[in-house]
Amino acid sequence: MALTVKRLAHQLLENNPGLEDTVIIGLQPRGIYLSDRVVKELGRIIDPALIQYGKLDITFYRDDVRKSLHIANATDIPFSIENKKVVLIDDVLYTGRTIRAALDALLDFGRPKKVSLCVLIDRRFSRELPIQPDFAGKAIDTILSDKVKVHWEGRDEKDEVILL
Amino acid sequence: MELQAKHLLGIKDLTKEDIQLILSTATQFKEVLQRPVKKVPSLRDVTIVNLFYENSTRTRMSFELAEKRLSADVLNFTASSSSAAKGETLLDTVNNILSMKVDMVVMRHSASGAPHFLAKHIPAAIINAGDGINEHPTQALLDAFSMQEKTGKLEGLKVAIIGDIMHSRVALSNMYLLKKMGAEIMVVGPPTLIPTYIAEALGVKVSYNVQQALQWCDVANVLRIQLERQNQPLFSSLREYNLAYGIKKSMLDKLGKEIVIMHPGPINRGVELDSDVADGAHSIILNQVENGVAVRMAVLYLLAGKTN
Repeated sequence: MALTVKRLAHQLLENNPGLEDTVIIGLQPRGIYLSDRVVKELGRIIDPALIQYGKLDITFYRDDVRKSLHIANATDIPFSIENKKVVLIDDVLYTGRTIRAALDALLDFGRPKKVSLCVLIDRRFSRELPIQPDFAGKAIDTILSDKVKVHWEGRDEKDEVILL
Repeated sequence: MELQAKHLLGIKDLTKEDIQLILSTATQFKEVLQRPVKKVPSLRDVTIVNLFYENSTRTRMSFELAEKRLSADVLNFTASSSSAAKGETLLDTVNNILSMKVDMVVMRHSASGAPHFLAKHIPAAIINAGDGINEHPTQALLDAFSMQEKTGKLEGLKVAIIGDIMHSRVALSNMYLLKKMGAEIMVVGPPTLIPTYIAEALGVKVSYNVQQALQWCDVANVLRIQLERQNQPLFSSLREYNLAYGIKKSMLDKLGKEIVIMHPGPINRGVELDSDVADGAHSIILNQVENGVAVRMAVLYLLAGKTN
């Protein structure tokens, strides 16, 4: 997994040289573990001071607020995204609904020039909306009843992706 | 995790966990209110009526703004300009409104227990925006949020509640809430405005000396004298009340420590608070108003999930 994170960081840099006009935004709650790692990796290659990194919580933008209650996490975007290239980072891309909500949330902070999506796991063939990743660590084929969970070293026991 | 209650009738019915959930959700909404677009689509499919049988500036506007920031559809009802003036009963009025497909009712009423009565008879979620001399839960929540924001804690915080304890729903809700969160409370005022058995009933300290209370506390929550609810003279004059219980700048200067001054509004300047205290550096009165919107958004958001 460490290798995959490293590759994602290099791909981001390849597509956004020097991260110029580019901001990284991790999605709360679990996308943050990947974005923290990617940002750390990026900081080894370029000057960490050049990396603009924020966190976005999409709870208030969900389309199922009244089906069940969702507890919000902190949003922290301490810079303008106006005219910036935004890289959204999440751990698992599944139905695409989270990313739909994230796009809505993002637009309330300004009008980015471009938004791209980076995920660790792409659960192919389970999308409910026309949303695809630009950078994916690994694509896996699952059925609807499967659950995919990513564990992170430091927070969980070790780095691993579990299929339940 | 979710709120235990379907309605917010009073702090009395909430658990400590409920209160923590509301306060932490309010923190996230406060961030929303700093964004370029201060609005989220959470309650797009929810319709809310603000039913005000009693005058209000802050609470009504704060609720209305909170509802709009959550993208809810909002109806406003003011008793004095409605058919209530023609003799329609509360239950009839509300049932008529609900037949127009309304999901939540925010209500203020001069009769204590009016929202509890409604909760028994209608299916919509009810939020008490102040009922008589009983409770004003969202005020207590925003007070607690502001105290926590300013001092960093509620547990062990020393809070003096000063003024008309007898007739103040803000005082009662504040006492319930602060007690649940582990704060220490002292109520202060003239003996005629403090209920006799309050120390035993609610586990609070009682003092009749404002300077002593200020010296003891970290936060002073100063209340308005509720003349409209006093049907007999309980102190000789407003001027005398000010002399004995009003907070003056000179009293704060003598303390040798910083305390926080709060007031739920509307202020009677020169009665319970002098202007140089209300507008001074110790005062967080306008922060309370600002926080009110975020706290009410949190309450509406957490209860809306239960209206389906």
